[in-house]
Amino acid sequence: MMSKKKDENVDQQSELNLTRRSVLGASAAIAGAGIIGSQLIDPVAKTAYAAGSDEPIRIGFQAHRTGIGALYGRWYERTTNAAAKYINSIGGIAGRPIEIITEDDGTDPKRGADVVEKLATKHNVDFVYGTLFSHVVMGSAPRAGELKIPYFVVSEGYHVASGALNRYVFQPCITDVRSQITAVSNWIFGNLGKNVALIYPDYAFGYDHRDYASAAAAKSGAKITAKIAIPPTASSFTRYFVKIPKNTDVIYHVMVGPGVLTFVREMGEHYGTRHPKLFGFIDSLEGVNINSPGLEFLDGSHFWEAMPRYADGYATSGSNFYRDKVGVDNTGASKSDSKDVSAYSHMFGCWETLFAIKEAVEQSGYKSKKDYKTLIETFEGFAGFNEGIAHPQGSKVFSGKTHQCYGQQFVSQVKNGKFNVVHRTSIADGMYEPETDYTKKSL
Amino acid sequence: MDTWIEETLPMVFLAVLDGTVTAFVLALIALGLSLVFGVMRIVNVSHGEFFMLGAVFSWFAYHWTADSVWGFVLALLIAPVIVGFIAVFSERFILRKVEYNPESTIVATIGILYIIQQLTLMGFGPEARPVEAPIYFRVSFPWFGYSGYKLLVAVMSGLCLCGIWLLLKRTKLGLYMRATQQDYEIATTFGVPTKKIYASVFALGGGLAALAGVLVVPIRQADHLMGLEPLLLSFIVVIIGGLGSIRGTIIAAFLIGISDGIISVFYEPTLAKMLATLFVVMILIIKPSGLFGENYQ
Amino acid sequence: MKRKSLIYSLFMKGGVILILFLIQFILPTYHHSSFSKIMILASYAIAYNFLLGYTGLMSLGHAMFFASGMYTMGLSILYLGFTPLEGLIFGTILTLTISIVFGLFALRTSGVSFLIVTLMFGQTLYLAILYYNEFTFGQDGFSITTYLGTLVIFGKEHLYSNPTIRYNFALIMLAVYLIITTIIILSPIGRILIAIRENEARTQLLGYNVFSYKLFALTFSGTLAGISGAMHALLFSYIGTTFAEIHHSISPLLWTLLGGAGTVIGPLLGTGVMYYLIDFISGITSNYLLVVGIILVLTIIWFPLGIMGTLRQRWIKWLP
Repeated sequence: MMSKKKDENVDQQSELNLTRRSVLGASAAIAGAGIIGSQLIDPVAKTAYAAGSDEPIRIGFQAHRTGIGALYGRWYERTTNAAAKYINSIGGIAGRPIEIITEDDGTDPKRGADVVEKLATKHNVDFVYGTLFSHVVMGSAPRAGELKIPYFVVSEGYHVASGALNRYVFQPCITDVRSQITAVSNWIFGNLGKNVALIYPDYAFGYDHRDYASAAAAKSGAKITAKIAIPPTASSFTRYFVKIPKNTDVIYHVMVGPGVLTFVREMGEHYGTRHPKLFGFIDSLEGVNINSPGLEFLDGSHFWEAMPRYADGYATSGSNFYRDKVGVDNTGASKSDSKDVSAYSHMFGCWETLFAIKEAVEQSGYKSKKDYKTLIETFEGFAGFNEGIAHPQGSKVFSGKTHQCYGQQFVSQVKNGKFNVVHRTSIADGMYEPETDYTKKSL
Repeated sequence: MDTWIEETLPMVFLAVLDGTVTAFVLALIALGLSLVFGVMRIVNVSHGEFFMLGAVFSWFAYHWTADSVWGFVLALLIAPVIVGFIAVFSERFILRKVEYNPESTIVATIGILYIIQQLTLMGFGPEARPVEAPIYFRVSFPWFGYSGYKLLVAVMSGLCLCGIWLLLKRTKLGLYMRATQQDYEIATTFGVPTKKIYASVFALGGGLAALAGVLVVPIRQADHLMGLEPLLLSFIVVIIGGLGSIRGTIIAAFLIGISDGIISVFYEPTLAKMLATLFVVMILIIKPSGLFGENYQ
Repeated sequence: MKRKSLIYSLFMKGGVILILFLIQFILPTYHHSSFSKIMILASYAIAYNFLLGYTGLMSLGHAMFFASGMYTMGLSILYLGFTPLEGLIFGTILTLTISIVFGLFALRTSGVSFLIVTLMFGQTLYLAILYYNEFTFGQDGFSITTYLGTLVIFGKEHLYSNPTIRYNFALIMLAVYLIITTIIILSPIGRILIAIRENEARTQLLGYNVFSYKLFALTFSGTLAGISGAMHALLFSYIGTTFAEIHHSISPLLWTLLGGAGTVIGPLLGTGVMYYLIDFISGITSNYLLVVGIILVLTIIWFPLGIMGTLRQRWIKWLP
């Protein structure tokens, strides 16, 4: 089913004005695999159920309101509320309205597990959903498994697909780091250079980058010249740049947290005008205006994006509709405050996951907690989701074995103070052999 | 030999340069903590938050004036004053109430830490916000470049340190402070307004931290969680230097700044942090009262 | 301590344990599970209080002990195929060793220096867990649920995550901690420790080897904290660096001081109050840390001895 996908790789220029046709092509490619969700493409269509005819579906939202993830958390919350509002306006889930119950986990795995517990046993929610930071997922997932409550994460960690978690955990609408790297690595080695230095944070998220970028390099004949792990407490980076060997063509960088701007500025100070090419992951700059002082050094460099921050990067009707509903303007900032830049390459996962839950509930005939087994089996039977209003980032292939989805990725170049999409991968570019099979695990 | 000159020498040079700049900044941040500990014999856990407030006010000043130079000047003038007032307020209404009991003070200042941090999160938001440097240039060395503003920060820190030295040695306030440090009871008997001295020392400590925040924010960014790391580092510096010894604090700042620079150039970063931490512990174990500490344990 | 107060004190502890035992039959699901967690965390706080409240040593590195026990338990089950009991024994021995070695170094300092040395050692362990991430899983941590197997009680198999198992394991642990610490505190050793807290120099002059007693207190406190960590791993099946961070060292300090340092019930009360406070406030506002901060400040101003300490001072003199 993946064989037809090669021709989707649009090259640099034509990418800028994506036609409706190429987008439809993307969904057509996976249409043969029993795809669901097509009825959601029309924004005004009501589902067949009468609105508000029943008890609400209660969805517990584990949010990073405080702690290191607060910036992402704020946008996850806005997106979640926007999606819930929209879903309610088209008749809810199986005719029942969605009710979102939000609890702050402080971006802390300890508190995360408590929050899952509280949502499940005190607020009596149907599902728990929304976690981003991978250590919070790791801390909370065992609890969800023990409580036997479906737990939908929007985290992009490789934890779900690796098989480390349990059968109640799903990551249906955001691709994992391994898939992202696999998808864009050929483009990096082919277009930027073959001698690559990796700079990544010294924890699991960074190790996924280290390991899968190294693996991809080995495959395509590229060489990793240095692997530099930055400790989470670092606030100055100058001393690490001196470790990058001279023969490096590309600096592959991914940073998370408040140190990003310093990182970029100090890299600029270190290298001046003559420097290796740069390839970064947008995680570093989520919530950050690309025109911030100190970021000039990034001009001309490339970034991975899951969903283009600037509206012209992927102007499909679905993504425009989504952008409007979550209140983001054409530059990726809040409509009400242009300084409030969104986490655009991550938060779509919240929107899409709520629609995925809606699909699963409606297709499985889920009524109450007694129906978890059917719901989970139905979900595991999904082959993917079609692009549209419910899935504005693009079509997804879903693997019931790994509980993980796969989707398209973007490469953007920073130019004239904005991100410009120069490459879009196919879904197939990011696929890998599944390493686990959750369907064989007990419920 | 050639490869040594080409590869290792630049590393050593950078380590020393970067370490020295770190040391100056560290000395300035730790100085406030050292003064407070020396005179009042209390550990101020919210010291890092005063530093953070300095950085945050600097961002506001930059934002309001929309000009990097005027914003910087404005921040230099007002941030230490505002933070000084906050410090006086917490001294008057919290620390005085617990009678400067060491343990109660630690808990109270942890409380103050939470309060300041959360209020900043509410009023400033969770993101890290950049502040443009008032003067910006790149210094080019044969192997790499370095931020000119960072060098300026080192110079300005040095000036502030000299200023405090003069304040302590040449002014009446400094005299009173030293008297209070040596013996609170006797100082009170001799007519030193010790209560006011406590308030001023606490304000001065907070103000210095805020000043450091203003100076540092252009080479970092302002965010509400930035206070923890400088707090831990200043703890270390103050203890290594010897409690209550200003000279010790400054020397320790250099020792730690430069050794941290060198270790982290030659080892993997996280391993380097571990080694640096253990190094500090070893100093303390060999010399429990710190390098220049009076022996009152 | 007078015989009368000893009886009162044992009576009170027995009462608390009895109430905690009985209350499990009426607690709603959520609170049932919260109580399990509070009892485990309270045992950690009791371990901490032994050092702070009865010996006068304030540590900011107890997460090091907690995490040692926790990681030994988790890693030995994961890699060596240990049973939980073997893991617990191994964890206890290892934390004991770490505590002694650490104590030999750290106790050369005292007061604020001791505070900083404990903090630095704690940070070192935290960084070590991050550094050896290929072995420890770094910041993400790991879960041991699937490796634990089942627990056979009266011929019936139970999961460790079973709420009743969890609650009663936590309760047994709490009871053991309360009893052991009470016995030690009321023994001659305990009186010398209190003497060190009150006046170290005088105790030294009286001919006691202060260093050995302090080392004992530190080792005992550290080992108990390690066992708490191991039990936490067993009952809540998640092991991660969040339990080695400095915040996890500050927590038992706050719980102890809020409840009352140097009182036996104080740490339990402090842990419970703090847990529910955060739980309750976070339901109202996301700025619960602000409220926690304010409450901390107000408590320390109005109840500087903590809840139990103030009660003892003002009203109930016989409280242990």
